[in-house]
Amino acid sequence: MASTDQAATTEHATDAQLMSGADILVQSLVEHDVAVIFAYPGGASMPLHQSLTRVSDRVRTILPRHEQGGGFAAQGYARSTGRPGVCMATSGPGATNLVTAIADAKLDSIPLLAITGQVPTGNIGSDAFQETPIVEVCRGITKHHYLVTDVNDLPRVMREAFHIATTGRPGPVLVDVPKDVQNARCVPDWSAPMNLPGYQLTERRARPEQINQVAAAIKLAKRPVIYAGGGIVLSGASDELRTFARKTGIPVTMTVMGLGAYPNEDPLSLDMLGMHGSAYANWAVRDCDLLIALGVRFDDRVTGKVEAFAKHAKIVHIDVDASELNKNKPAHIPIVSDVKYALGELNKLVEPKTDIADWVAQCRKWKDEQPFHYDTQFDGILQQHAIATLSRLTRDRDTYITVGVGQHQMWAAQFYKFRRPRTWLSSSGLGTMGFGLPAAMGVQAAHPDALVIDIDGDGSFQMNIQELATCYCERLPVKVLLLNNQHLGMVVQWEDRFMAGNRAHTYLGPIHHDEAVGKGASAYAVERYPDFVQIAKGYGCGAATVSRKADLVPALEEMLGYDGPYVLDVQVPYQEHVLPMIPSGHTVDDIILE
Amino acid sequence: MRHVLSAIVQNVPGVLAHISGMLASRGYNIDSLAVGETEDPNLSRMTFVVVGDERILEQVAKQLEKIVTVVKVVDVSSQDFVERDLMLLKVQAPAGPRRSEIRELVDIFRGKIVDVGAEEIMIEISGRENKIEAFIDRMRPYGILELVRSGRIAMVRGAQQDERVPRMHSA
Repeated sequence: MASTDQAATTEHATDAQLMSGADILVQSLVEHDVAVIFAYPGGASMPLHQSLTRVSDRVRTILPRHEQGGGFAAQGYARSTGRPGVCMATSGPGATNLVTAIADAKLDSIPLLAITGQVPTGNIGSDAFQETPIVEVCRGITKHHYLVTDVNDLPRVMREAFHIATTGRPGPVLVDVPKDVQNARCVPDWSAPMNLPGYQLTERRARPEQINQVAAAIKLAKRPVIYAGGGIVLSGASDELRTFARKTGIPVTMTVMGLGAYPNEDPLSLDMLGMHGSAYANWAVRDCDLLIALGVRFDDRVTGKVEAFAKHAKIVHIDVDASELNKNKPAHIPIVSDVKYALGELNKLVEPKTDIADWVAQCRKWKDEQPFHYDTQFDGILQQHAIATLSRLTRDRDTYITVGVGQHQMWAAQFYKFRRPRTWLSSSGLGTMGFGLPAAMGVQAAHPDALVIDIDGDGSFQMNIQELATCYCERLPVKVLLLNNQHLGMVVQWEDRFMAGNRAHTYLGPIHHDEAVGKGASAYAVERYPDFVQIAKGYGCGAATVSRKADLVPALEEMLGYDGPYVLDVQVPYQEHVLPMIPSGHTVDDIILE
Repeated sequence: MRHVLSAIVQNVPGVLAHISGMLASRGYNIDSLAVGETEDPNLSRMTFVVVGDERILEQVAKQLEKIVTVVKVVDVSSQDFVERDLMLLKVQAPAGPRRSEIRELVDIFRGKIVDVGAEEIMIEISGRENKIEAFIDRMRPYGILELVRSGRIAMVRGAQQDERVPRMHSA
């Protein structure tokens, strides 16, 4: 949009030049190429929704069935495209329903713009109807936040919000707009500059001497490992990582956020590391003499006992966020840099490592000896088997996988073979149950022709099951592979391992069932509850149940071929444990393999 | 180990709440925090006294710098610096020899009597922390009625840094 004539001040403006705050905000969405917004209306955001109807040819407004679903859908959009996701809610409960999705975006560094309506400025602080101080609530869980009190600030605030959300280490930005500001009119100054003296990005590039230092460390290393995280995906450095690994021949392990950055099926891939990571990745990190940590944060689910993690290794740590360096684990070579830039520079210097053949062979031997595995003879459908089969069937399609949180999430991370970045979406840092379905919805909105599958558990699925309505009504043909064990499987696993199997509110059926007190007679919960097929059909989705192993492939094929959203309810046993497992706070030497 | 950090921040609503909330939620031990405007009305200066080892100091500084409205963070105590604490203190001082004794102590400590009542006086005193603490100890036997301190403020000597904001109002 052209900048307005400086002479046209608001006082002397004609009606044609004046715009309402709501129109200005919505216009700035258009200016920032926002194609989809997930927005749930209410009293304090109605002007914004009215404005959205006037740009419906450019911005698709999707109505979720719960604001949290809208927040995660916006994340699904952002995680799968790399562009900012946008969600909107009204004041009070609408805004607080976004809080979990905002916190989730903060922990996984997802560019999210959350817009909330607020009570009129004159009512702020009076405990008005549907008033919450949402900026106060969200201070610690946003990258930045705004309460807009002057309509003239809106163009600048929106520009800053998009800039902050998407640059450096991405994250959520909240813009809270009181209703009177939405209705106030002014002549917008579209050229208003950003005022961010404290947000300077220019120096976040590795210096040549730092790159030389890393190259020298690589040259000396005899047992190097690359530890790649979400930063690789976020900075679009997946190609640089592949070049780096293939050129040097150094094995690569990934965090749960890093999956997709490097193909699982590549011979140098050590797959995921950490608590439920592969034994071979964890052994490689234990024995390595150089750990090249790229876009990672040494999270406790990765390191276990942090003092013992990569104990004998020299550590190179490259991250765009300076505060991650030396936070959990001191690095020998800490580098503040965009990891894509650093890898690009490094690739100009590094040479093939001819002296690590023994080490690479050792890693491969571990991989052969202790691969991710399960009982292939089991007379029924195991969760791992369902995922591995799905991975095989979708191999040649443009597929995106989302998950909830728990056992099914870890099995998906272990048994689905990812090939491309941004095709795996997991609430990894916050670990939010209910993430899978709405996230898949957002992915589908961004990629209408792709195959989008939510691999979910029955606990997680029910936390945002209402979004089946959105999938149906908005024609988002998301598929749900529901691994239904009638329990909160991950907590059950901990109960079994560490609490003598005492069931503490981890059975999801009626409380008079034997399973509720851990006295179930078989591998499956006897009376299944609820009837997910009936629920899905009630929402207008396709649905079926499958329990026999022989029926799995045809059932999956029917789901994959269905024209519309579909729920495949897979009956799985509840005694199955996610392995390997390094108990919380322990070391790789305590790894549980069987 | 005690460190004095100085942060230049944008003078916008909520910045103090943001910073104090971050420090509290990350469990950092802050001894004192003083805020005041600078000569530029768009910027304020916050002075923190942080207790902890080098690693904690590094994290506090980095987490502060990460806040969008924080423009600059300086570890003042790593340089040659001046620090001051301002205190107002009300002490029981009935007319007579006790009041004279107190006046003498105020002179020695280079404080000022800023208000005189029938039974009590108010004293203003500024200086380094140990001086303030010593003065409080001397006043205790007379009966301290009320006491308020600004928290520490600090500035690096010479012209080596922060020419943009050379002057600071007392907090």
